[in-house]
Amino acid sequence: MDVQTWTYILVGITFALYIGIAIWSRAGSTKDFYVAGGGVSPLANGMATAADWMSAASFISMAGLISFMGYDGAVYLMGWTGGYVLLALLLAPYLRKFGKFTVPDFIGDRYYSNMARTVAVICALFVSFTYVAGQMRGVGVVFSRFLEVDINLGVVIGMAIVFFYAVLGGMKGITYTQVAQYCVLIFAFMVPAFFISIQLTGHILPQIGFGSTLAGTDTFLLDKLDGLNQELGFAAYTDGSKSVFDVFCITAALMVGTAGLPHVIVRFFTVPRVKDARISAGYALVFIAILYTTAPAISAFARTNMIESVSEVSINDLPTWVTNWQSTGLITIEDKNNDGRVQYVADAEQNEFVADRDIMVLANPEIANLPNWVIALVAAGGLAAALSTAAGLLLVISTSIAHDLVKKQIKPDISESGELWAARGAAAVAVLIAGYFGINPPDFVAAVVALAFGLAAASFFPAIIMGIFYKRMNKEGAITGMVVGLLTMIFYILKFKFGFLGGGTAEDWWLGISPEGFGFIAMLVNFTVSLVVCHLTSPPPADVQDLVEDIRYPRGAGQAVAH
Amino acid sequence: MDTPSKSLKSYWRKNVQYLLILLSIWFLVSYGFGVLFADTLNSIQMGGFKLGFWFAQQGSIYVFVILIFVYVRLMNKLDKEFDVDEK
Repeated sequence: MDVQTWTYILVGITFALYIGIAIWSRAGSTKDFYVAGGGVSPLANGMATAADWMSAASFISMAGLISFMGYDGAVYLMGWTGGYVLLALLLAPYLRKFGKFTVPDFIGDRYYSNMARTVAVICALFVSFTYVAGQMRGVGVVFSRFLEVDINLGVVIGMAIVFFYAVLGGMKGITYTQVAQYCVLIFAFMVPAFFISIQLTGHILPQIGFGSTLAGTDTFLLDKLDGLNQELGFAAYTDGSKSVFDVFCITAALMVGTAGLPHVIVRFFTVPRVKDARISAGYALVFIAILYTTAPAISAFARTNMIESVSEVSINDLPTWVTNWQSTGLITIEDKNNDGRVQYVADAEQNEFVADRDIMVLANPEIANLPNWVIALVAAGGLAAALSTAAGLLLVISTSIAHDLVKKQIKPDISESGELWAARGAAAVAVLIAGYFGINPPDFVAAVVALAFGLAAASFFPAIIMGIFYKRMNKEGAITGMVVGLLTMIFYILKFKFGFLGGGTAEDWWLGISPEGFGFIAMLVNFTVSLVVCHLTSPPPADVQDLVEDIRYPRGAGQAVAH
Repeated sequence: MDTPSKSLKSYWRKNVQYLLILLSIWFLVSYGFGVLFADTLNSIQMGGFKLGFWFAQQGSIYVFVILIFVYVRLMNKLDKEFDVDEK
């Protein structure tokens, strides 16, 4: 069977599975809709969190990105896993004990102010919309590459599926589809990785193959790759080109941002007990680490393969996968010096070979000559990764609106079923907006992803941490901290990503910190401002201090309470 | 809840102590071994890996996983010891 037929079959089966799960796990109450009834097992929640977290970018783009960055790619690997240690130790258990539905819920109650709640809602909406646009686009891209349908039609199909299970099932439907999606995506990621690792190094585990010698030689893969890179004028693969301080800041911003992302945090509201929240973060990181320790190995394998198959090879003798992907425009070759061979070098003037970073994962099965069903599996995996993340984000958007705005502020006397319908309506509208951005992607999406992490790091993370660990923190401190942190972050992004406010180039970055890493600084600003303002104003009321005391001890957590 | 009893206070102090120890290890393997001292550690070879590079792209992630499971064990024990665990 050809790749297309296989892709239709596998994508069809997985979609049928997601729809089946959605029908089986319909939400009957707002508690079902917001936190899946609070009865998800820690293991299932771990898988769902992993699928929620790993997006189209983790699945399709990250390995390729790292293969062009070498050592510097570590910022993503450490940044997007290390945040889970912070989540498990500093946030998840306490927020679970607090036991409500959303992050703005915590901020609003802990800082006894609807203004704090509203600031939190705005951040949650902004961060989630930024992200979800990219996911819908990812769905469209996978459809168009593997099934040769129009990108826009792909987005619409993706919208229809997400609409079905997010609107119908809320968190309950999302949780169990995410469990299925995790299984699909990890299988799809690992199978080609095993094959390629065996081909190159003779070891089945990519994590081992990564540090082994190339099959049939005494040369270590990484030594070989360092050599290849340097011959072509790139930095050695195991050396970075970013400054140590910038690597430090980016890693920190991504870690803290991860721990502050609302769609990840809410997953820990769905388990029954505090101890479940702790262990569930552990499971989540195990499931994430499987992909995240494999990805850098794939990066190194793919880069070695790529250089060896194209560098100085005659244009007529290129392997078929190169010519296949040339037709999609993801690989372009231009024989600038007319010698009939491909020169792949660091110097842009002489370089003749340009590959999109997504190639590294998408073309992997073809590079390794794997059967057609494996190629189709990668398509199903990419869709699972994009859909699961999109659904989690849409839920945050709909809860923020139905619960934190409508129920808590605009219309407190709304009935249970009215609130449920408001949540469904908000989810439906959010799907439409996300689809719109998927079809008409604004060019600033890539630029604002840094902003999404930066905002989470600069706003939520300090406010939540101090809310738990510092009883004296009051609303004046927390609100000023969040607002100043946010503004600092937005200022830096506007200046250096969009060229407003005087603009500037890499030379003008403060202390050499790239916009991606600035979230770390904005977070420090938030902490400092909060502490100063807090000590100039009066301490929080006694009942709030009692609340803080209460969330520190697990006993009596019960299920997430309606209120 | 009323003012916390003495035993609850020492439960919390112990909890914070665990956090400080575990987070120091977290910081050391990622920011320390993987970033700040990566160049120095790269002179040590472990199989086909330079050690600093290994910590940055593999080792730190393994340690992160272990840290969370150690934390879960420590806290479950502590909860029982101070009788604040969930029934």
